Amino acid sequence: MTDALLTGANASTEVSLKRRLRRAERTRQVKALALVVPLLVFLLFTFAGPIAGMLWRAVDDREVRQVLPQTIAALADWDGKGLPDEKAYAALASDIQAARAGGTIAIAAKRLNYALNGFRTILTSTARNLKPVPEPGTAKETLSKINPAWRERSTWTTIKDASGPVTGFYLLAALDLTRNADGAIVAAPPDQAIYRDIFARTFLISLGVTALCLILGFPVAYLLAVLPPGRSNLLMIFVLLPFWTSLLVRTCAWIVLLQSKGVVNDSLHWLGIIDEPLRLIYNRFGVCVAMTHVLLPFMILPLYSSMKAISPAYMRAAASLGAAPLTAFLRIYLPQTLPGIGAGSLLVFILALGYYITPALVGGAADQMISYFIALYTTETANWGLASALGAVLLLATLLLALVYGKLVQGQQVTGGMKN
Amino acid sequence: MSDNPSLRTPSQRIAWIATIAISTMVFIFLIAPILAIMPLSFSSSSYLTYPLPGLSLRWYDDFINSPRWMNSLKNSMIIGIASTLLSMVLGTLAALGLAQWKSRFKPLVLAFVLSPVVVPGVITAVGLYFFFAPIGLTGSYLGLILAHTALATPFVVITVGATLQSFDTNLARAAASLGASPLQAFRRVILPLILPGLASGALFAFATSFDEVVIVLFMAGPEQRTLPREMFSGIRENISPTITAAAVILTTVSIMLLATLEGLRRRNERLKGGS
Repeated sequence: MTDALLTGANASTEVSLKRRLRRAERTRQVKALALVVPLLVFLLFTFAGPIAGMLWRAVDDREVRQVLPQTIAALADWDGKGLPDEKAYAALASDIQAARAGGTIAIAAKRLNYALNGFRTILTSTARNLKPVPEPGTAKETLSKINPAWRERSTWTTIKDASGPVTGFYLLAALDLTRNADGAIVAAPPDQAIYRDIFARTFLISLGVTALCLILGFPVAYLLAVLPPGRSNLLMIFVLLPFWTSLLVRTCAWIVLLQSKGVVNDSLHWLGIIDEPLRLIYNRFGVCVAMTHVLLPFMILPLYSSMKAISPAYMRAAASLGAAPLTAFLRIYLPQTLPGIGAGSLLVFILALGYYITPALVGGAADQMISYFIALYTTETANWGLASALGAVLLLATLLLALVYGKLVQGQQVTGGMKN
Repeated sequence: MSDNPSLRTPSQRIAWIATIAISTMVFIFLIAPILAIMPLSFSSSSYLTYPLPGLSLRWYDDFINSPRWMNSLKNSMIIGIASTLLSMVLGTLAALGLAQWKSRFKPLVLAFVLSPVVVPGVITAVGLYFFFAPIGLTGSYLGLILAHTALATPFVVITVGATLQSFDTNLARAAASLGASPLQAFRRVILPLILPGLASGALFAFATSFDEVVIVLFMAGPEQRTLPREMFSGIRENISPTITAAAVILTTVSIMLLATLEGLRRRNERLKGGS
């Protein structure tokens, strides 16, 4: 064999052979990487790029700068104390004239209205009434006469805050924070402070669904793990069939079952348990039931694979050493299932956090989770900055949890797949 | 039904019975909704309640004769098949490469490749909506196929990667020592052996696309609406029995996919047992 020849060969050929081997290995590695590159490039275009773009939109703030460029320039050296000087008023008047001619005033009005309620009216009324160009030196007076808001410092700080090119405004808003006239970060006014509640609600629903999945999934996974393979394979169909059934079919099925004239209410009525149909859907109860149904397989499968790996010999050993069954279960079996519990719970929790379809279809207005608002601000109200900022917060939470999940399942086989 | 008869104390028996009782209820919880919706699609009444007043195929007739539903079924097939093919090519190449690549950056690359599965659908959808709109890819088949491919490829990488892990590389070496070129060795030795893995990957990819609705909600124009997208608006407006017919059709597709997958798994196990 070559090994035998090698040991007999002199040192110089050995070195060159080593080098050749190393070179061959390097080409092999380059070839291997070349096989992965197409997918990486593809994902850059269809996944990473779009998400980076969304994150950029969360801080992008160029609308006001585009519409009111001279004003922004004039405000650059304003210290924010008192009112800006005549130069800024003249610049604003000229910008408004230009924006009116260009039809772009609404773009700035929309952005400024996010920061200060009523700014849209201030800007559009000013644009409407600013007929002649103010004489030099009279811009401040003219503008203040049209709308007294131009005599307020907060009007001007709002413009300065929105001068871009980047802003923390949307990210702060996503956390119910805002900047006051002095630039300090303070709590947002109560009528705008809704997102912490929504995040808390999203968190709470996800946590509840995860707990339900764990309580329901644990005995099932245990049963599947200890039954002989023939029988457990058969029962596994009960877990895999829902897993493979379309999310919409399952959501639709729950609506059919839980509606006021649905199967559940009819049966309860027929049994004489209730007189009036119970409200089981389009509320929190319906959301939790449907989401638990959708996510339960994601709990059972990791639990099952962790339990499958536990040798029954441990329990026998515990019993032979005098442990009562409950003690043996709590101190020997349960600790060994902890990685499975952790993986399953994290997986279910991560998937639940980003849920959109099920709450949108079976929840009421008070049950919508954060994804619903991201979708709403993207397609309905076109407040893309806020949608992106809320998305950034959700993404951050998801990635942090996924990181923990990755650490937890490291070395374990990650199969079974996940569907959203 | 005993895992270990020597441990059968009364309290354990109670615990075992409780396990079976709870599991049975959970199995019913899991399967009953899917079973309950099916007979309603054969009802002659347009009310979604039991007992059925009579049997009828009118809702299937409705489905087949509705251009809206048939178009959505066609779109689901087009987008599903195209994104399956694309994700198979990209995913299999990447899985082959990752199996041979040795680097400390490998976990990072793997995490990136798998991340479309973990990132919430709405975030991917919003990102794609902003990104694809200016280049004309929203409201197009191509945009949806590309987006679904990104979601489906991780499943291909996982399943094909798992198959490659259990693949005996000595077989490839043996082929090479017998004079096969790398391409020949791949086509005649490696490919037939990893084929079940490829098939499961393809099934996962197809199911992912066939079931996806969030991205379609954001990106599809009226021409590209898929079956889940039609169901979504149908459920929102009011549930007509035609939706239950669509649900039965979707579920049948899932059962067929699942059965194929199970068949592949059995075949694989048999082959492993024989070796």
